[in-house]
Amino acid sequence: MRKFAELIEKLDATNKTSQKVAALAGYFAQADESDKLATIAILSHRRPPRPVNTTLLRAYAAELAEIPLWLFEESYHIVGDLAESIALVVPNDEHTSDKSLSAILRELVQLKSKTDPEKKEYVQHTWMQLDYYSRFVFTKLLTGSFRIGISQKLMTRALSQVTSVPEDELAYRLMGNWSANDTTFEELVFGRNEQAYVSKPYPFYLAYALENEIHELGDISDWAAEHKWDGIRGQVIFRKNEIFIWSRGEELVTEKYPEIAELANVLPEGTVIDGEILAFVDDQVGLFNDLQTRIGRKNVSKAVLAKVPVIFKAYDLLEFHGQDIRSQSYRERRILLEALVQAANYPVLQLSHQMNFTSWEEVITERGRSREKRSEGLMLKKKSASYQVGRKKGDWWKWKIDPLTIDAVLTYAMRGHGRRTNLFTDYTFGLWHLNEKGEKELVTFAKAYSGLTDQEFAQVDNIIKRTTLERFGPVRSVEPTLVFELAFEGIALSNRHKSGVAVRFPRILRWRRDKKVADANTLDDLKALIPK
Amino acid sequence: MKRSDLLIFDAKGIYCPQAQVYIDPWKPVNRAIITHGHSDHARFGHNKYLTHHSNIPIIRHRLGEINVQGIGWNEPFQINGVIFTLHPAGHIIGSSQVRVEYKGEVWVFTGDYKTENDGVCTPYELIKCHTMITECTFGLPAFKWKPQALVFEEINSWWQSNKEDGKTSVLFGYTLGKAQRILKHLDTSIGQIFTHGAVENMTEVLRPQLELPKTTLITPSTPASDIRGSVVIAPPSAHGTPWMRKLVPFETGTCSGWMAFRGARARRATDKGFVLSDHCDWQGLLQSIKASEASRVICTHGYTDIFSRYLRELGYDASVENTDYEGEKEEITTVEPAQST
Repeated sequence: MRKFAELIEKLDATNKTSQKVAALAGYFAQADESDKLATIAILSHRRPPRPVNTTLLRAYAAELAEIPLWLFEESYHIVGDLAESIALVVPNDEHTSDKSLSAILRELVQLKSKTDPEKKEYVQHTWMQLDYYSRFVFTKLLTGSFRIGISQKLMTRALSQVTSVPEDELAYRLMGNWSANDTTFEELVFGRNEQAYVSKPYPFYLAYALENEIHELGDISDWAAEHKWDGIRGQVIFRKNEIFIWSRGEELVTEKYPEIAELANVLPEGTVIDGEILAFVDDQVGLFNDLQTRIGRKNVSKAVLAKVPVIFKAYDLLEFHGQDIRSQSYRERRILLEALVQAANYPVLQLSHQMNFTSWEEVITERGRSREKRSEGLMLKKKSASYQVGRKKGDWWKWKIDPLTIDAVLTYAMRGHGRRTNLFTDYTFGLWHLNEKGEKELVTFAKAYSGLTDQEFAQVDNIIKRTTLERFGPVRSVEPTLVFELAFEGIALSNRHKSGVAVRFPRILRWRRDKKVADANTLDDLKALIPK
Repeated sequence: MKRSDLLIFDAKGIYCPQAQVYIDPWKPVNRAIITHGHSDHARFGHNKYLTHHSNIPIIRHRLGEINVQGIGWNEPFQINGVIFTLHPAGHIIGSSQVRVEYKGEVWVFTGDYKTENDGVCTPYELIKCHTMITECTFGLPAFKWKPQALVFEEINSWWQSNKEDGKTSVLFGYTLGKAQRILKHLDTSIGQIFTHGAVENMTEVLRPQLELPKTTLITPSTPASDIRGSVVIAPPSAHGTPWMRKLVPFETGTCSGWMAFRGARARRATDKGFVLSDHCDWQGLLQSIKASEASRVICTHGYTDIFSRYLRELGYDASVENTDYEGEKEEITTVEPAQST
C-alpha cells in the first residue's frame, strides 16, 4: 500500500506527462505481480464496489477525530474532497501498515457483506494504521472515486515501456470484461485468455476537432463525410454466439438495449461494429435528451422500450468473420460494413449515411443542415485510413456545429473540487421569466463549471464571497450581479427541470462584463431555440 | 460589542476608547499600536506608531520615514489608566500580542501567531486574560502541522535530490518571515543559497537581528551555470514570471499552510508543497484559547464562522468581528474574508 500511495503522491505532485509516465514505469518495474494487476485495475476504473456508504464514513471519521459531525461536514465543504478531508482530520498514528495493495483490495471486496459494526472496526482501525497519504489513497478506494489525472493512455504507455508490449496492443488487451479477481498480471499483459477475448472490445478511434480551414484537408475525393450522431458511441460484438454491447466508457450495456442485443439473430460469427446508440422516436433520430431515460436504467420496462426505442447507427466494421480488419483502409472496411448491414436487413441496425461530396462548399452546406438532421455536426474520414487506437490527429476530424448560446445570470455558487478546492467555481444560472403575479424573476435553467480562466474564477469567487445572500451548506445564493454567455449543444423540453427545458453540455463561453443583469435573456428566448 | 467593552471594532480598526488608541488599524489614525510588519497589519498613514523594537526596521523599510516608538516585551505603558504590554506572538520576527488591562479586566489581541518555536523569532508567550481576540486563519480540524524539524528534513532532502538530478530548487515563501525561517533551517552543506531581489532586500534589513546563512542575490549578470543545483528563495509572485527562465532546469516548492490541500497545490502548479505556516493550526488555536483561561473569544480573520460556532459548543462566549486582516494569503485567490454571523 505504501508503494502505491507513494506512486499516487508522485503523480499528484507533477503536471508533466513525462514525469507521470516515468513514475508509473518505475512503479511497474518494481511492484509485485498482484499489486501491478491491482494498480492496472484501479487506474482503468475497475474498482471494487463501494463497501461502505459515505454517510457512515463521515460518521466514522468525525468520531475518530473527536469532532462533531457538522464540523467534519464544514471541513469537507472547504477541502472539497471526502477522502482528503478524512485523511486530514483523522489523528496521525506512527504505525505504518505494510499490507499490500492487492490484500487491501481483497479486504474491501469482503467488507461489503460485513455488518456495520464490523465495517466501522475495520475502517477506523485501517485509518489509524496508515500514514497520511496511504490513508488518503485507501479512502479514495473506499469511496470509489479515483480521479487523479492519470488517463488510461498514460498508464498504458508506462506499462508498454516496462513490458515491451506495443502500446496499441496493450490498450486492446486491457479492455473489456476482466477484473483483478479473475486474471493475473501475466495473463492480462502477455497471455491470451480465449474466454476473456470473446467479449473484448477494440480501443475506440477518436477524432480531434478540426483545427484549420476545411479546404486545407486537400483533395475532397480522398475524404468521406457523415453526420456526427448525438447518442452513445458503442461497439456491438458478436462472437461465439454471444452478443456484447460496450459503451465508449468501457461499460458493458448489453442488458440496457435489448432491441440491439437482438442483432445476435442476424449477425455472422466474429463481427465487431463501431457505431452510435441513438434514440429513434417517431421514425426519426431522437435527441440525446430522449436517450437520457434509457441510460440510467438497467432493467428497461416495456413502457420505456415503447416510448424511447433505440437503433444502432453503424459507422465502421472492425472485425469481420473473426478477423481483425482495423489495418485495412476505411474504404475497404466500409464496403464490408455496407454488405453486412444489407445482409442483416434488420431495422435496428442502420448505416450511418456516407456522403461523397465533390466540393468543400457542399460539405459546408451539409454541416449547416446538422441541427435539422439532429446531428452534432460532421465527421470527416480519410478513405485510405486504418482504424487507429485512441484520439489521433490527421485521418479523422470532427467538425461540430457552433453551439447555441444565451446570456444568463449567476444565481447560486458552490465550492469546486480538485484544483478548485476552496474556490467558488460551480455555478447555477437563471433566466428572466414573468411569474403568475406578473413579476420578473430568475428561473434556474443550467449549471456550468467550465469556461473561465483561473484569473476569472478568482475574480468571480471574490464577488461571490462579497455578494452572498444565504448559505446552504456548500452552496451560496448570491445577489444577481453577474451575466455570462453560456453555450450548449442541444436543447429539449423537459418536465424534470424547473425551467421546463433541458440543455446539453452547458458551459461558460465568456463573462459579459458589458451587460447588466436586466439585459440577460428570458426563458422565452431560450425556448425559442428548441427545434420544432 | 458593548459600549463598555475595553476594545471595540470600528470602521478604522480595533479601538480602545478609554486610551483613544488603535491596534493594527486599516485606516489612517492618530495613534496606532502595530503587532507586526505584514502589510495587512502595518499600514501607511498613521501619525504615531508604537511597536516592538525588532519590528521597527521592518516597518521603516516598508513604510519609509514614520514617527515610530519602540518598546520591549513586557514593558508596560499607560495611557489614560489603561495598561498596555506587548508579548511575543511567535508569528514572525518582532510580532507581538497586545495585552490591555483596565481596572482589573484583561483583554489580549493575539495579532497573527503560532505556538511552535520556529528558531527565528521570540517564541509565543501564553497570557491569561478574560477576553481573547484571536485570528483563526487555519481554524479547521483539517489543519494539523507537523513539527518543523520534519518539514525541514523534507525540504533539505528534496533540495539534495534535485541537486543530484542536476536541477535547481526554487522555494516560494513570503518575503518577510517565511523566507528567513526557511533560510535559517536550510542545510548549507548541500550547496549555495540564491535569492530573488525582494527576499534579499528584506533579509538584509533583518540580518542585524538574526543569524542567517550567506545568500547571493540573482542579478542579470549572475551566470546561469552558477545557480544550477542551488536553492533559490523567491516570493510566490515570482512563480511563472520571466525571472524564472534563468533557473531552468528547476523544481518548484511552495511553503505555506495551504499546501495541506491537494487542490491548493494543484492550483499553484507547484511541483512540491511543503506544509509550513506561521499561523496556528487547529490544535494550536484551541490550546492557546484554553490555556488563556479566557471566557470570551472574538474571532477576527480566517474560518471565523465555523471556528466560533465550535467554540460556542465548547462553552465559550465566542463571536466574530469583521476586520481587513488577511491571514496567510493563498495567492491567485484571496482567503475567505472574515464574515459576521
